[in-house]
Amino acid sequence: MGTMIEELFSNRAGRKVEAGEIVLLELDYIMSHDNTTPLAIKAFREIGKPIKDKNKIVIHFDHAYPAPNLQAAENQKMILDFIKANDIHNFFHQGICHQVMIEEGFVAPGRLIIGGDSHSNTYGAFGAFATGFGSTEIGMAWATGKTWFKTPETILINITGQAPRGVFAKDVMLSIVGQMGMDGATYMSVEFAGSYIDQLPMHERIIFPNISTEVGAKCGLIVPDQVTLDFLAHSTKLNTPYQVIKPDHPVYEKIIEVDVSNLEPQVACHPDVDHVKTLGEIENLPIDEVFIGTCTNGRYEDLEVAASILKGRKVHPFTRTIITPASAIVYQKALDNGLIDIFLEAGCTIGVVGCGACIGRHGGLLAPGERAFTTMNRNFIGRMGSAEAEIYLGSPAAAAATAIEGKITDPRRYLEV
Amino acid sequence: MGKAWKFGENLNTDEIIPARFNLTIDEKELAKKAFCEVKPSFAPEVKSGDVIVALDNFGCGSSREHATIAIKGAGVACVIAASYARIFFRNAINIGLPILESPEAAAAIQEGDEVQVDPASGMIRDLTIGKTFQARPLPPFVLQIAAAGGIVKFLKDHDLEELL
Repeated sequence: MGTMIEELFSNRAGRKVEAGEIVLLELDYIMSHDNTTPLAIKAFREIGKPIKDKNKIVIHFDHAYPAPNLQAAENQKMILDFIKANDIHNFFHQGICHQVMIEEGFVAPGRLIIGGDSHSNTYGAFGAFATGFGSTEIGMAWATGKTWFKTPETILINITGQAPRGVFAKDVMLSIVGQMGMDGATYMSVEFAGSYIDQLPMHERIIFPNISTEVGAKCGLIVPDQVTLDFLAHSTKLNTPYQVIKPDHPVYEKIIEVDVSNLEPQVACHPDVDHVKTLGEIENLPIDEVFIGTCTNGRYEDLEVAASILKGRKVHPFTRTIITPASAIVYQKALDNGLIDIFLEAGCTIGVVGCGACIGRHGGLLAPGERAFTTMNRNFIGRMGSAEAEIYLGSPAAAAATAIEGKITDPRRYLEV
Repeated sequence: MGKAWKFGENLNTDEIIPARFNLTIDEKELAKKAFCEVKPSFAPEVKSGDVIVALDNFGCGSSREHATIAIKGAGVACVIAASYARIFFRNAINIGLPILESPEAAAAIQEGDEVQVDPASGMIRDLTIGKTFQARPLPPFVLQIAAAGGIVKFLKDHDLEELL
C-alpha cells in the first residue's frame, strides 16, 4: 500500500517504505553531462574509491557540444580522458541527455535513475523514479552504485477535460506552475493523473514531469499504461526487463483538481516560471528571438506542429528563429519528412542537436534589451545571455506563430481547424 | 562574525551564478561571478566570514553545484534562509557549505547587519539589532555528513551504509 513513490522505493528496498523514511537504494543509472561531469570527476577522485559498476554510468555531451570555446573543449577532453581510462561504454553526443536517455532505452518503468541535471525528473513520465542531483553526489554514486533518499510525501494533480484546439500540455503545465508557485511542491513527489493525461501521447505526457522541477518537486510521476508500454516498445531501443510499479491505495498529502476544458494558451513571463499569464494578456509584445527546442519541447511532434504553422510562410525579418531538434533521431525524422525544408524556407536557423540556446552557451544569446519567446522550461534572468534581456515561455505552436509576426501571437489563428 | 548579504525569495541558481560562467570548477574563479547580476557589489566586497541571508526557496532551479561552490569560494561562513530548494540544500551539505534554516532570522536580519553564527548549534546572533535566533536543527542523518565536512570527506573514512 502506498503512493507511487512509496511503491517504487518499497519495491527497491525489498520492504515497506513510507513517506518521511530515509532509505539507501541501489540505482539503475547515474546520468551526467558535459556541464556537470567535471565536478563529478573531481569528487569521485577525492573519494578515492573504484567505480562500483561502470555499466550504470551514462555520460552525455549536450550542453555545449561541439565545444564553442576553449574552456568547454578542455572540459570535454578531460571527461573523454576519464571515459576512455575507465572504459565507460554509455557515452552519447547525439542530443539532449533526457531525450537520448529515453531513445536509448535507459528509461523504463520501475527504474531508479539519478541525473546531474535538474530536469532528470523527466523520466517519471515513464513510471521511473528519477531526480536531479549535484555533481558531488553523481561522483559518489559512481563509487557506491547507490544513494540515500528521503521518501517524499505526494501531491496528486488530477487533470480532466478536453483541451481546446491550440492548447497543449505545455499550456496546461504552465498554468499549473502559475497556480502552485516555484516552491509549490518543494521536496514532494507529484503524481500526474486523470482523463486528460490518459489520452495524451508520450511526447505530451513528458512535459509534466519535465516541468515538475519548476515547482520544486523531487520527482514527477505518471503511472505507466498501454500508451507508455507501446511507446517504449516501438519508439526506443529498450530491450532489457523492467517492472511496472503502480500506486496501491495511496494516501496523498494534497489533491489538486485541474479542468482544462476552458484553458487558453499560457505564457510564463519574465522573470520567473510561475509568472504565468494567458497569452491574450501579453499578445503583441515584440519579440527579437524565437527558440524552439529543449528537453521540454524539442521533440519531433513539437517541430511538426511548428512546421504546420510555418509552412509556406516567412518568419519576421527581425525575429531570428532558431530550431534545435532535441536529438539526432528527431533531426533525421524531421529531415526525412520535409520539416527542415519548411523551416529553412521560412527563414529559420537550424541549430546543432543539444541544449542549444537554452543556457546561453551555444548560440542564440540575447543582447541587453532583447526579448525571446521560447519553448524552454526556465526563464531566469541572464539564462540566455544578458541579464537585461527577457525570456517568455510557451508552446511550440505559440512560438511558431510569434516567429511569423515578430510579436507574441495566438497560435490558434494559424492552426487548421 | 561577518556582514550579512540579504536576498529575497526564490533566488535561483542562475542568479547565484549564470550558466555561462560554469565552465570552470575553480571555487575562487566561480566566486568572482557570484551574484554578479543581482548584486554586483557582492563579489568585489564580500569578506571571509560574511553570511548570506535569504527568504524562501533559496537556490531553486538548476542542479549545478557551481552555485554552492561559488558561495563557499567567496568565503561565506554560512547561508541562512527561510527555506531552501531541494537540490541546493543537498549540494550545500555535500560540499560542506554551512547552511541553516530560520524563517525568523531570515526575516529580521537586514543587509549589512553584523551577524555571528555557530552552524553546529544553529545559534544566529544579529549584533546590529541585538537579537538571537535558534535555527531548526538539521536532521541527524544530514548532520553526520555536515559534521564530516561534506560527503566526499565522509566517504573517505566511511561507507554510505554507516549513515543509516
